[in-house]
Amino acid sequence: MIYMNPTVFETLSEEEQTAVMNAHDEFQKPIRESGEMVGFAALADPSNTMTVRVRDDVPAVTDGPYVEAKEFLAGFYVVDCETVERATELAAMIPDARYTAVEVRPVMDEAGMEM
Amino acid sequence: MRTDARLDDLLRRQAPQILGALVRRYGHFEASEDAVQEALLAAATQWPEHGLPESPRGWLITVASRRLTDQLRSDSARRRREDTTAALVPPDGHVTPAPDDEDPSGRDDTLTLLFMCCHPELTAASQIALTLRAVGGLTTAEIARAFLVPEATMAQRISRAKQRIKAAGSSFRLPPEPERAERLRVVLHVLYLIFNEGYTATSGPDLQRSELTGEAIRLTRAAQGLLSDDGEVAGLLALMLLTDARRPARTGLDGGLVPLAEQDRGRWNQEAIREGIALVTEALSAGPVGPYQLQAAIAAVHAESPSAEDTDWAQIVGLYEVLERAAPNPMVTLNHAVAVAMTRGPQAGLDMLATLDADDRMVDHHRLDAVRAHLLEMAGHLDAARASYRSAARRTTSLPEQRYLEARAARLTGTT
Repeated sequence: MIYMNPTVFETLSEEEQTAVMNAHDEFQKPIRESGEMVGFAALADPSNTMTVRVRDDVPAVTDGPYVEAKEFLAGFYVVDCETVERATELAAMIPDARYTAVEVRPVMDEAGMEM
Repeated sequence: MRTDARLDDLLRRQAPQILGALVRRYGHFEASEDAVQEALLAAATQWPEHGLPESPRGWLITVASRRLTDQLRSDSARRRREDTTAALVPPDGHVTPAPDDEDPSGRDDTLTLLFMCCHPELTAASQIALTLRAVGGLTTAEIARAFLVPEATMAQRISRAKQRIKAAGSSFRLPPEPERAERLRVVLHVLYLIFNEGYTATSGPDLQRSELTGEAIRLTRAAQGLLSDDGEVAGLLALMLLTDARRPARTGLDGGLVPLAEQDRGRWNQEAIREGIALVTEALSAGPVGPYQLQAAIAAVHAESPSAEDTDWAQIVGLYEVLERAAPNPMVTLNHAVAVAMTRGPQAGLDMLATLDADDRMVDHHRLDAVRAHLLEMAGHLDAARASYRSAARRTTSLPEQRYLEARAARLTGTT
């Protein structure tokens, strides 16, 4: 999960901003070739957010985000790795990790052991 | 795509033999494997419409050979265009085998392919994917669905695995005798992982995955047929059969996980249990005894017990003691602690668990928390039990396990 802070991003030069964008293409190449890439999405700016609440079975839709924060989720990669170490190694290759941060978290699974 | 189970079975059984025939005739494992996959796909679309050919095997070899020689020709033509000095003459002749080309070495081919696909240079994910495709005859799409990844991802994984095997200089023959025992251990581990992937899948949207248990059993049965004097292959097959026998009882009507002690034993598959017990009994008496046989023996004790209360825990403790000496690992200690708690009381089990707290290999910490919670509950320490259930629920990445653990914790709320 890639976090973005607009105030940090705006301090970057145009070249640096372009470099971050291009570095995503470079990041994707090796994980596609290794068969680790499951999917990814880049999310639009939070100003495009619609928040939906249902109270007493009545949905209410408002403009703007649910959580107001300096950082927001800018996008995510879903990768299928052998180890957690590999996942954090990949996260370190994501260009945004240099300026903000990338969180690594397992995806929940429908499979389970009887206990 | 493929809907007919009998056709599936026929194609999957043929796959390793066709591939073996091609690799021995032409070399080129990588290209042959692709050609066989294309031939299987062609058969799956054409046979239901036009009926089975007189010799399915001959048909598949002919089609796969044609695909392969076409591929090699176009490769070499391209290479000639690019570099006139590198002319590779494609193997010619014998393109069309006799329709009844029954290959006497077809049996060995299956084994050779298993060893090749479970090459120690590959990651576990690649070994599994390649084994299912090259030996199991599954399509890339089927494997991708079973592992919940896009087809392109799985295709890439398989192609990368084949490149690695090529780079490792692996040739199409059984590993030399001094390496064989160690390589067989890797093969058995891969088969075990395939089984587990399918077995842990619960019902519902994961039905595609549960098909993997059947596939693992089929491949292990094939290996057992070829290595009938190896006790561990028999032990693994027995372990799979005895574990899979519980499948009908391990999920409740709501899709939730039912623990072993609460399962309706009347729903266990008796035929699988009979076969599993016969296999492990014979293997144990023939010796030498290995970890899969011991795990199968433990599963057999559960299978033979008419109810959870009647379980012969003393015998299970004895088996775990042998298993801890033969193949010590934290998961074994974890299960051993449960058996100890059932014979000597929960505190004895909890003491044993305490030895695992500092163990770095204890990667499945949620399992440790879950077992501790059960034993604390047995000992009547309900607050501590609830905290351990909650901790396990937070740590697991499995939704059904989380639901089960949360329910256990909730059941203890308000009881103190």
